[in-house]
Amino acid sequence: MPQSSDFQTILPLTILTVWACVLLLVDLFIPKTQKWITATLAAAGLAVTLGVTLAQLGGPASTGFSGMVVQDGFSTFLNALQLVCGLLGVALAFGYVKRMGLERGEYYTLLLFSVIGMMLMVQAADLIMVFLALEMLSIPLYVLAAFNRTQSASEESGLKYFLLGAFSTGFVVYGIALVFGATGTTNLAGILASAPTSGLLLTIGAALILVGFGFKVAAVPFHMWTPDVYQGAPTSVTGFMAAGAKIAGFAALLRVFSTAFPALAVDMTDILWALSALTMIGGNLLAISQSDIKRMLAYSSIAHAGYILMAFVPYGNPDVAPVSIAAGLFYLVAYAVTNFGAWGVVIAMEKSEGRGLAISDYAGLAKKHPVLAAAMTVFMLSLIGFPPTLGLVGKFYLFRAVLSGGFVWLAVIGVVTSLISAYYYLRVVVTMYMHEGEPTVEREFWLDFTWGLSALATVVLSFIPQALFVMASSALLK
Amino acid sequence: MVPVNFYIILSAILFTIGAMGVLVRRNPLIIFMSIELMLNSANLAMVAFSSAIKSFSGQIFVFFVIAVAAAEVGVGLALIVQIFKSRHSINVDEMNNLKG
Repeated sequence: MPQSSDFQTILPLTILTVWACVLLLVDLFIPKTQKWITATLAAAGLAVTLGVTLAQLGGPASTGFSGMVVQDGFSTFLNALQLVCGLLGVALAFGYVKRMGLERGEYYTLLLFSVIGMMLMVQAADLIMVFLALEMLSIPLYVLAAFNRTQSASEESGLKYFLLGAFSTGFVVYGIALVFGATGTTNLAGILASAPTSGLLLTIGAALILVGFGFKVAAVPFHMWTPDVYQGAPTSVTGFMAAGAKIAGFAALLRVFSTAFPALAVDMTDILWALSALTMIGGNLLAISQSDIKRMLAYSSIAHAGYILMAFVPYGNPDVAPVSIAAGLFYLVAYAVTNFGAWGVVIAMEKSEGRGLAISDYAGLAKKHPVLAAAMTVFMLSLIGFPPTLGLVGKFYLFRAVLSGGFVWLAVIGVVTSLISAYYYLRVVVTMYMHEGEPTVEREFWLDFTWGLSALATVVLSFIPQALFVMASSALLK
Repeated sequence: MVPVNFYIILSAILFTIGAMGVLVRRNPLIIFMSIELMLNSANLAMVAFSSAIKSFSGQIFVFFVIAVAAAEVGVGLALIVQIFKSRHSINVDEMNNLKG
């Protein structure tokens, strides 16, 4: 029988799940023109859960439900980050869905369910839970991607995301089956303890799980779906998906590999090295030729998956792993903050029927809306890794970690691809400041709030990175 | 008693057929069936391992996979029907509005 201490470990998750289920019912009684109430209620639920999660910060680690879920510093830190992503996701959508004629209550409920999946993913301590969480976060996102269902681009985006997502699930499930065959358990700690008899079966299983998550976090060569899905989905969904799904995917990868498969580090380090290098090179090179801002940011998100993967390469080396994982968590925060800001600016510029999304539409923005242009410049600089932004600090920690792990060439590839990326990020800045144009901008309070806050955080946090890095370090897996 | 290796080889063959099906077929419904084949090959492997090592957790996992696959079907078929309604075709090669 489950004890009350079991429910203690999933307290934030329980609150949000109940809230989302109740919201689904309450939404039925809210008139079609008053859907802002649903949005506010969803945000309130996320805020309450965030409060409960923050209260758990620094508490002792515990496992619940016979080792199925775990609640520790790592999960609390990332849960808080996921909830902030959920809140920013609601803020991005608040005015946008109304403007685009998508204002339906399900939007916010689906978003809540997706956040629940992401939180469960971070807390999962068993491969069954990892699989369940993966589906719980993905299925609402398939629906959200196709939410603008009268537009063929959104339909196409939803179907592509669905087919590729289900395909990747197949790899994860088969990988889990092989790991189970090799070790006789699906519990992460159990896998480590069982000292497997068959090395080959376990290695293939771990590799299949890596392929499945490679699809989820959009690592090259499993990235083909990303630009199409990001471009076709409603922009507010894209912004949420780019940060939230990526954080959850990396968190699960981190937890599974460092808890269950440290013994495989010898084989996995080379694979991760190649995956990270390919992703950085591929993402940045493909982004150069893009003329659509959504596609450009999609390739940029692929490239950033490569940078975050750098943190995984030395995971089997006990001397370097803590620093490198902390650097990875720090970079996830930096990426999430910058990402929401950049997508906020894209939403402010977007017009109905997909107009206003070409990079050339940003011409003259600096003259007409200097504050918005300045914010966009901050985000672009942060994505390059240019001072004084959070992106620079994140990259600095990452490169330092891989260098101390002895992966000099990986750091070199990271620096060179960052330089290449300056070309396409700065092109947006040049278009805004040097070219003539008459752009019109949508002003909505919560949208302005999102990009304003993100810009502020990107700059201000870069001056006090130590505090955040210490927080990330204390969130490590023990 | 059939040795466990036979089941695993069969499941590997089924998984490969499923993965190839996803890559070469152009009808989303067939792609979808191929994905189901991949999931069920994993189920077969799970059940075989589970009975070989006398552990129930593998069989419980199979129930989860079946339930989740059903949920996925719900979303997937809805998407396919919606696309067929608006385009009168569901060939994935014709879904090329998004490119660059």
